[in-house]
Amino acid sequence: MSQAPPAAALRVGGLAWSYGARTALDDVSFDVGAGRFCALLGPNGAGKSTLFGLLTRLFVARVGRIEIAGHDMARAPRAALARMGVVFQQPTLDLDLTVRRNMSYFAALHGMSGRDAALRIDAALERLSMSERAEERARDLNGGHRRRMEIARALIHRPAVLLLDEPTVGLDAGSRGALVAHVHDLCAQDGLTVLWATHLVDEVWDGDRLVVLHRGRIVADGLAGEIAGGRGLGPAFADLTGAGAPA
Amino acid sequence: MTARGWAACLGAIVAREALRFVSQRARFFAALVRPLVWLLVFAAGFRAALGLSIEPPYQTYITYEIYIVPGLCGMIQLFNGMQSSLSLVYDREMGSMRLLLTSPFPRWWLLLAKLAAGAAISVLQVYAFLAIAAVYGIVLPWQGYLWALPALLLTGLMLGALGLVLSSTISQLENFAGVMNFVIFPMFFLSSALYPLWKMRESSELLHAICQWNPFTEAVELIRFALYAQMNWGALGWVALAFAVFMGGALVGYDPARGLISRRKG
Repeated sequence: MSQAPPAAALRVGGLAWSYGARTALDDVSFDVGAGRFCALLGPNGAGKSTLFGLLTRLFVARVGRIEIAGHDMARAPRAALARMGVVFQQPTLDLDLTVRRNMSYFAALHGMSGRDAALRIDAALERLSMSERAEERARDLNGGHRRRMEIARALIHRPAVLLLDEPTVGLDAGSRGALVAHVHDLCAQDGLTVLWATHLVDEVWDGDRLVVLHRGRIVADGLAGEIAGGRGLGPAFADLTGAGAPA
Repeated sequence: MTARGWAACLGAIVAREALRFVSQRARFFAALVRPLVWLLVFAAGFRAALGLSIEPPYQTYITYEIYIVPGLCGMIQLFNGMQSSLSLVYDREMGSMRLLLTSPFPRWWLLLAKLAAGAAISVLQVYAFLAIAAVYGIVLPWQGYLWALPALLLTGLMLGALGLVLSSTISQLENFAGVMNFVIFPMFFLSSALYPLWKMRESSELLHAICQWNPFTEAVELIRFALYAQMNWGALGWVALAFAVFMGGALVGYDPARGLISRRKG
């Protein structure tokens, strides 16, 4: 697993951010190797959303750097964004449009249209086992399928890195588990690099890379199984964040 | 990115906006009813009260209904521009603005596409209004209907850009109601939409000066002249300048490094 340093698909170095006087992120640095599933675990308010805002260029850090598939977010933002897929915490679907129309809108935002876009949309839906729902209105899908559709959408332009910000919010346990497994498959089979933000320890598998964020700082970084240290990730996480048992 | 890609991006944003507009019939209806009430009720009542002198582009005495048609076209676009920015605030809160901003196209292109979409919709609304006005008997020179198209596109872009600047500074929907009161109404009433500016001068030099500096006045005058197949170069220049300034402001507002969105949490 840890031989010569793998090419990092996602690289964050010395990132800092503050809202006025309140520090939200402080010297955050980590790399995620190509094809790895990295869980970003942190309680609410740890700075995960701020980190996602910076990673998706909603705003730009004055301190630190971000690299997506070798492209510097500050110097080559368009190249970096082109290699990145994002699933936001809040749903970003047009509920009145069909799944396919939602997908083709996104494809066009990445400059794809016509037959090329249609083929890629079909492939992405197939990948997430959503093909038979292509003509349904997004409003008619259940929460789990809406999320899957958003993941399929984020893969249309074949990104190297997929970012997901608490994608299981509002899903039942069954859909949650299925979604986590699906995304792990994408890493294992397609070589996709994933950064999965969550505050739920049961979404992290032992073999996953784990970065624990607390009060804007990284308090643990390594293999989830090693950080858990044989007693389960829940207690370890509670120790690291000084909280009670996590949800 | 190929030229086709850029066009696909623009087309998709315009199509999405158009689909949303079509699905919101109430919005279309409201957009038409508002100026029609002004035209059919307000203008009828004011017809006798307000004497109008002959001034360009008019070559003869006109009724008050004729006078306020360009102002009402502007009003449609003003409301539409603000409504588009309302949808931007809503979009941003709902996340789809964030989705748009992760597109690898430059931000100025994405915002311009949004503006083009809003302007196109406002032009449709204006022509629907002009058609109903024509049925009511307010018919303009036929060339005017053609000349008005580029003028309306530019004024639509300018007013949309104003909305865009505002949307980048407003974080909550509640605040937007205030903007409606503090932006739409002053802009509309402090303009040449309802009364010629020389009338205003008779009442107050200060108000007259404010009206003259109001970009909405220039927008209305550009439309007024265009509806008579005439060019008002001064108005064109001011509207173009206002568009450039507002667009610049919007680009700063949505600039990830400097923009106001970066100073807010969330």
